[in-house]
Amino acid sequence: MQPSFWQRMNGVSRHQLPLVLTLILMLVSMVPTRLPDFMSISPMLTVISVYYWAVYRPDLMGYGSVFLIGLLEDMLAATPLGAGPISLLVTQGIVMSQAKFFRGKSFAVTWWAFLLVAAAAAVAKWMAVALVQISVPSGAAVLATYGMTVAFYPVVAWIMARFQLAILREV
Amino acid sequence: MKQTTPNPNRLNHLRMLVSRFAFIVLVVASFALMLIGKADTMLVERVRTFMSDAVTPVASLLSQPASTVSAVMDNLRELTAIREENSRLRDENARLLRWQTAARLLEAENDSLKGLLNFVPGPRASFVTARVVADTGGAFAHSLLVTAGSRELVEKGQAAVSGEGLVGRVIEAGHRSSRVLLLTDINSRIPVSVGNARARAILAGDNTERPRLLYLRSQVRVQPGDRVTTSGDAGAFPPGLPVGIVTSVDDGDVRVEPYFQRDKLEYLRIVDYGLMGVLTDIDPGASRPATSGELR
Repeated sequence: MQPSFWQRMNGVSRHQLPLVLTLILMLVSMVPTRLPDFMSISPMLTVISVYYWAVYRPDLMGYGSVFLIGLLEDMLAATPLGAGPISLLVTQGIVMSQAKFFRGKSFAVTWWAFLLVAAAAAVAKWMAVALVQISVPSGAAVLATYGMTVAFYPVVAWIMARFQLAILREV
Repeated sequence: MKQTTPNPNRLNHLRMLVSRFAFIVLVVASFALMLIGKADTMLVERVRTFMSDAVTPVASLLSQPASTVSAVMDNLRELTAIREENSRLRDENARLLRWQTAARLLEAENDSLKGLLNFVPGPRASFVTARVVADTGGAFAHSLLVTAGSRELVEKGQAAVSGEGLVGRVIEAGHRSSRVLLLTDINSRIPVSVGNARARAILAGDNTERPRLLYLRSQVRVQPGDRVTTSGDAGAFPPGLPVGIVTSVDDGDVRVEPYFQRDKLEYLRIVDYGLMGVLTDIDPGASRPATSGELR
């Protein structure tokens, strides 16, 4: 039986979940937290999100969406244009090319792999910023940001998993 | 039997090729964007300003709970230390009253001396107060979005000041929002003078919490604890705005701790000192007037 129009619309709108959640996380990462010394090492939440969806539902977010998210982030964060897309594309590119490795792996393994992928993403962004501004920004801050990103992965992944179970179980 | 669907293997292969092609194209596009961002800054800035304007209401909404939570936490913290705080403030008040007398005397003396010298006062400063709704960039850029834009007469190049001292300057002014580049950002360069000797230098951010002093003459002795204020050179800021304190002097690497705390910034004053800041767009029709704020 062919699905009705509304059934298809339902499916299509549910499939936007990864994109919507990534955009929300991007906005959340810009909220001033009032925690001492937190903002200059705040985690790269969009990298976590892109990684999560590339691992668990690679069919729902393509390179194009990831590129646009990175671009939007650069626009809003006043980072050099192109630095955001590069780091997100690197994240997704690595996961997509190693899709066989990621299939059916436990949480611990995915987290461990994220350790490596996030390092690549952080270095890519760092180099892009250095390239555009022709001066090397502080490596210590980037290292701390990387540490924070890895540390935040379980929390964000847990939230993403709740949403995935609630909205994408059947579609 | 006639085959109606293509071979799934081949389809998968094709899909993979397309995806790989898209990846390469988008990576190249990212590098192209870096070039565009360098080449056509006007266009990029206009798009950025538009996006910031669009997102500011959402960011404003999102930042409410954060500030409420922090206000409650602050309240609790203050309640526990209210007695000590009170006695400390009483002492401080007594000390400040003595300073007030001294300041009054100096003010009167200063006024009469200015009268003797025919001193030309700098232009009057006016300001708007704006709420900080987003703190962006993380380790890669240090900037804030605030809720005041060109409709509140905020312009590019104006100084952003908190209660403690200089925070940064406006680098983009949209209609209802503007972006403040913190003095810790890698793109920030501020002419300052250091210590009682008023040695001139440039305070350069590098995305850490402690910006560096550049172009300090080597014979000038700078010590930790020296006060850093704006020098007024280049007409970017009026002279004498408090900026920070020298924290470490290490083999030519002089670090300054700004007075403002990034996590405490909730409201900022955007001040128009009537100076032609260094960030004003170049207008070929008008010549730059001499900066008036440098008279001391």
